[in-house]
Amino acid sequence: MPLTLQPYRPALVKFQSLIALFVLCLGISLLSDKFLTGANFWNVMRQISVNVCISTGMTLVVLTAGIDLSVGSVLALSGAITAGLLRNGIQLPDANLYIGFTVLGAMLAGITTGSALGWFNGWAITRFRLPPFVATLAMLTIARGLTMLWTEGFPITGLGESFTYLGTGWFLGIPVPVWLSVIIVAVAVLVTNKTRLGRYIYAIGGSESAARLSGVNVERIKIIVYTIAGALAAVGGLLVTSRLDSAQPNAGTSYELDSIAAVVIGGTSLSGGRGSILGTVQGAVIIGVLNNGLVLLNVSPFWQQVVKGFVILLAVIIDKSNSKSE
Amino acid sequence: MLVADHVTKRFAGVTALDAVCLSFEAGQVTAVIGENGAGKSTLMKILSGVYAEYEGQIRYKGQPVRFASIRDAQACGISIIHQELNLIPYLTITENIFLGRELTTRWGTLDQKAMRQRTRQLLDELKLPLDPDTIVADLKVGQQQVVEIAKALLEESEVIIMDEPTSAITESEVAVLFRIINELRQQGKAIVYISHKLDELFVIADRYVVLRDGRSIESGAMQAINHDSLIHKMVGREVQLIRRSSSLSAAPNGRQPLFSADSICLTHPFRSEELQLKSLSFTVRHGEVVGIFGLMGAGRTELLETLFGLHPQRTQGTIWLGGQQVPIRNPATAIQAGMALVPEDRKRDGLVLGMDVQENISLTALEHIERGGLLNNAKETTLARKYMADLRIKTPSEKQLTRNLSGGNQQKVVLSKWLATNPRLLMLDEPTRGIDINAKNEIYKLIELLAADGVGVIVVSSEIPELLTIADRILVMSEGRLTAELPIADATEDAILKAALST
Repeated sequence: MPLTLQPYRPALVKFQSLIALFVLCLGISLLSDKFLTGANFWNVMRQISVNVCISTGMTLVVLTAGIDLSVGSVLALSGAITAGLLRNGIQLPDANLYIGFTVLGAMLAGITTGSALGWFNGWAITRFRLPPFVATLAMLTIARGLTMLWTEGFPITGLGESFTYLGTGWFLGIPVPVWLSVIIVAVAVLVTNKTRLGRYIYAIGGSESAARLSGVNVERIKIIVYTIAGALAAVGGLLVTSRLDSAQPNAGTSYELDSIAAVVIGGTSLSGGRGSILGTVQGAVIIGVLNNGLVLLNVSPFWQQVVKGFVILLAVIIDKSNSKSE
Repeated sequence: MLVADHVTKRFAGVTALDAVCLSFEAGQVTAVIGENGAGKSTLMKILSGVYAEYEGQIRYKGQPVRFASIRDAQACGISIIHQELNLIPYLTITENIFLGRELTTRWGTLDQKAMRQRTRQLLDELKLPLDPDTIVADLKVGQQQVVEIAKALLEESEVIIMDEPTSAITESEVAVLFRIINELRQQGKAIVYISHKLDELFVIADRYVVLRDGRSIESGAMQAINHDSLIHKMVGREVQLIRRSSSLSAAPNGRQPLFSADSICLTHPFRSEELQLKSLSFTVRHGEVVGIFGLMGAGRTELLETLFGLHPQRTQGTIWLGGQQVPIRNPATAIQAGMALVPEDRKRDGLVLGMDVQENISLTALEHIERGGLLNNAKETTLARKYMADLRIKTPSEKQLTRNLSGGNQQKVVLSKWLATNPRLLMLDEPTRGIDINAKNEIYKLIELLAADGVGVIVVSSEIPELLTIADRILVMSEGRLTAELPIADATEDAILKAALST
């Protein structure tokens, strides 16, 4: 068998994610007649777009040989800030002050929050030479705690139609979140392939010392990358909050895992320097379809996790054996 | 006791040891001396079982032996104490000494008591008054060395090889070490002592063995030889050097000062009271090639890194380039000012191996290939192809990963990426290490061309003939100091080595 496949090997390797995705879709559609319907298709796409946003930022981080475990919590806090400001504004009864927020203002505040938390991650990692794993693990807890404080543990609901349009609306026959994630991915592809920032990101991940010796301001680039990751997690937070018309204090829990899984399945090396945004998008789609398929097939949630775990393992093993045979 | 008989070792066509014959006797300290690359470490690796593949014979106590591994050699009674100590920092002295050979009780659990007792006994023998439960990381380097010796004694080693044992310890610790070596000698152990510090060899060694270019040149009693003739034996060869014609006078602004470093100091990364560079000052003129020689640990690499702004927090002193002071802040600032550094370890620091030739060459010059904020692929390829042609880089295309290139071509890619910045001062750290002779000559020629263009060049090298070939002037470093400045006319191998060995 391997003999006959040999001539096609390069093509197989190149399109392995797409092939896996195709096989997956084929399998699910044979087993369930609900899978290949328009309603389900857009539903899946809508769900995936959140992970695509987060994972785009995560890819940049992983390309520098870092990791960001805080994206789920940052997503929750950013969503909650936006929801809270939209609903209640800022009230200071003592000063007899009330500041109301437009939808756009509240969203900007949410994204600013995410960026600030991301910047803090990058600052802590570069200033104190902390391992990214540790610094962002701390932020995971900090941001979750801040979310609880801000929401006092209760969902913030009733955010108005102009806000929920972001997560539930349609534009030109395509859901708004899908538009948004397509734009984000397009910009990220451009940045990684066509700008100095992108080139420096790959160089740092490939060899930090060589990048530094070449005059790259490694610290600054890393801070930028973590800030972007925070901002994109915040965008994900806006999408989730808007779709549910509610900011949940425990929103985004364990989203970092799905995001890392998408990055890894997409072929980005956790040791940095190798990978791509489009690979991550494929990874995110595979996970999204898998999630959806397992639900449609009435697989118990417990088994779903087991299956997902094995898919991640399989993807990394295949990727490793490919890079070895290069 | 331990005899090497016509031992030859080849690495992929390079002969590291050529029919080496020598012997080490019980109850004697034998000094093994030679320049960098003379074959000392290869020989020691064979004797201690690191390399099992070689030609010739090793005899131990009259019996032919061939060690398959370090363990194997240790079991026979030969231990090596490396320059970088092999201890686990966060285990105790006892745990380190017994690592891999723990004593157990009848129940299969560790016999802490017996191990601690034996350790105390060993430490007493070595007169090191320490608690066996002390964490090794808390010990001074000299004390850690004694722990390594204790480990060798536990094995009841009869041959103990010490590789540069005094390179990292203080004078008082050296005294302790010498006392221990004397005791081991009285106990009838054979000590093999490798060191660059000739003065201490006259204190501690009974015999010497000189290695040069992989051959054993001479051995004899330490008393029968003096400092200068020892150096002469290490250098030995009468090399015909092809001197390049100096481009100093031909270059634009030739002989005018281009770069000067004033009182450069670098503090040690962990011990802030210690200096790795001790107030170095020197100048480089337009079109001048300045060679810097020093033995291992002299601080050559640290000097270049410091000038390039890699250790700004630990640096003192000022540098001037073309009449302007250049702040020592980071590589970006240095590059901006017109400096370039080709680092010693090209695979780690010179290249991003996972990137292709084109991306590596353009990495230092991305701002020049931008168009409207985006990188322009055509411009980038043009840039890469220019240097691929100029430097004759052998690669199927500019899209080849640098990982797949030969050492010489990798080095040319590193040079290209620095030439792309149009440097005024080019610093090269061991530019021809591990490179074949053709690529070497091409790199020499390139240095000559750049100098003729008025670029100042600093070349660090541990090969004296290389420096004699390309440099206009040679600076010699020893233990973080400049110990000599020799115009090329006065530079001989003897003089250079003598300065490198002086303290």
